[in-house]
Amino acid sequence: MIRLVPRDQTSAAWQIATPLLAVLATMIAGGLLFAIMGYDPLAAIRTIFWDPLFGPAAGYSRPQLLVKAAPLILIASGLAVGFRAGIWNIGAEGQYIIGGITGAAVALAAYPAEGMWIFPAMVLAGALGGWAWGMIPALLRNWFGASEILVSLMLVYVAQRVAAWMAFGPMKNPEGYGFPGSRNLQQYPAASNPELIAGTGAHWGVVAAAAAVLAIWFLMSRHIRGFHIRAAGLAPRAARFAGVRPETLVAFCLGLSGAFAGMAGLFEVAGPAGQITDKLGTGYGFTAIIVAFLGRLHPVGILLAGLLLALTYIGGELAQLTLQLPAATVQVFQGMLLFFLLGFDLLTRFRIARRIAA
Amino acid sequence: MIDPLSVFLLLLAAATPILFAALGELVVERAGVLNLGVEGMMITGALAGFAAAYVTGSPFAGFLAAALAGAAIAMLFAALTQILLANQVASGLALTLFGLGLAALFGKPLEGIKAPAMMPGPLRINWIVWLGLVMAPLVWWFLNRSRTGLILRGVGENHDAAHALGYPVHAIRIAAIGFGGAMAGVGGAFISIATVLQWTEGMTAGAGWIALAIVVFSNWTAPGVLAGAWLFGGVTVLQLRLQAAGIRVPVQLLSMAPYLATIIVLVLISARQKYSRRAGRAAPGSLGQNFHALR
Repeated sequence: MIRLVPRDQTSAAWQIATPLLAVLATMIAGGLLFAIMGYDPLAAIRTIFWDPLFGPAAGYSRPQLLVKAAPLILIASGLAVGFRAGIWNIGAEGQYIIGGITGAAVALAAYPAEGMWIFPAMVLAGALGGWAWGMIPALLRNWFGASEILVSLMLVYVAQRVAAWMAFGPMKNPEGYGFPGSRNLQQYPAASNPELIAGTGAHWGVVAAAAAVLAIWFLMSRHIRGFHIRAAGLAPRAARFAGVRPETLVAFCLGLSGAFAGMAGLFEVAGPAGQITDKLGTGYGFTAIIVAFLGRLHPVGILLAGLLLALTYIGGELAQLTLQLPAATVQVFQGMLLFFLLGFDLLTRFRIARRIAA
Repeated sequence: MIDPLSVFLLLLAAATPILFAALGELVVERAGVLNLGVEGMMITGALAGFAAAYVTGSPFAGFLAAALAGAAIAMLFAALTQILLANQVASGLALTLFGLGLAALFGKPLEGIKAPAMMPGPLRINWIVWLGLVMAPLVWWFLNRSRTGLILRGVGENHDAAHALGYPVHAIRIAAIGFGGAMAGVGGAFISIATVLQWTEGMTAGAGWIALAIVVFSNWTAPGVLAGAWLFGGVTVLQLRLQAAGIRVPVQLLSMAPYLATIIVLVLISARQKYSRRAGRAAPGSLGQNFHALR
């Protein structure tokens, strides 16, 4: 028999090894799933993980990597801060949608004005919108003790309906021949978020994602607030005795992750998506949770994990085209990845020893 | 004219999916486990139930399959949290994301098919609605009057003490998680087989999360769950009635009502649990904490 012995400290080696193990296990389990569904497992895995970067059509799909990774990394950076403190914002999807709407509102109000100020104002409005949407669960928790998990999640469904209302009502394009959806911001130069360097896919969201990674690295390892957050996550009681106010951390973490998610929403609406529609939320807010965990809540990890999950998005689309794989395959893959990661996590916290007969 | 009886019957039907899922989660949480995967288990049940009902032509076979499928996928969560000792919040989220994906993947070929007709039960009320009304007192009896229920609550209140008394903490929790999965599965299948009558992707639309909120609202009691589910059913019916009456509020805003009502109710009840002296602490003592026996 074997038994589990808790480690005094989490194992640094396993911290790095388990995400890699989880990816490997996901590929194997995914291959089995494809085989059951009647697809060639090797071809499917190659199409998802290899072809987008090095396959025959890589010239088209490679820039998409940054387009998809940017919102994931930006949102996950904010979420990771809260997760460190045991503050669970799982409604980033809603904050993303609201940020997209408030940011786009600035552009639609300014239309057709031109000016350098419009795009920065939109980014600010997007961040503020996401921040405000994140502050709702924060304040409800601080004032009334309501679970931020449930409130932030409920607000995702509310945000989706706000987006649908906007697309069919107040923000509908007056020149859109009655079709739902706002004006296309890609056709409004002062408000659009274009590719900055041709062929890379990099738009302002990529710049913001890189800045966010640096910012949370600084916050978590160099700033007293980051120290408080880590302390509150590891030993809540000790942190309270040391003068860390939990209410402050709740408001800070939910506000920060909300603002990051809101910005991500704005960059998407002004860039790749182009307009407000009822399909504004595409699940980045939920996938970012997986990115944060897979990246071990660490800035560098999140960067890599964001790129990997972006790859599954692009690879999934490619597999849809070439192998007729259903679109939901990617979702299943992402869910499996989180399952395996959480399972293998055991190895970071426990040592496996042989049971000695008493 | 609005006939109060017909409104009440609509309310009962609207409350049933939430009632099943919340009763299941109630037992899980009283055993000290927080399973945030209710939405994933419900959608799994909705798909498995619909598929089985379609293949066999029997809605009852569908509900049975839904219970089995819900329990089966809940075992993934049980393995993660009880054997591999993974974080319960993250594992529950993983279960929801995985369940939604899996159901979308395998549900594609079933889109656009109609569910087989279901024989109404006594008083022309659906059999599953009746079953839900029976399950609520049964769960109450189990938790408060049966010996097994007492042990289960002991495990949830203080797992170290329960272990010291020789009770198998992990086995009891795994059984509770399985029951919660089966109940969520039946709740989800009620949506696909008895309400919407077809399969659409993401059709549970947050019902699992509302069920989680209702467990908090109930103060972790079965009568409270029933009241919460009916309250939610009432809001849903009212919202649909207002839509049908053509009131001058956009449909998208009206359809927010169940989610906003859930938040409001959650806030009110949390405030009471936080500030009232009489209510005391209602949540099970070991809720959300993993247990690892060193000896």
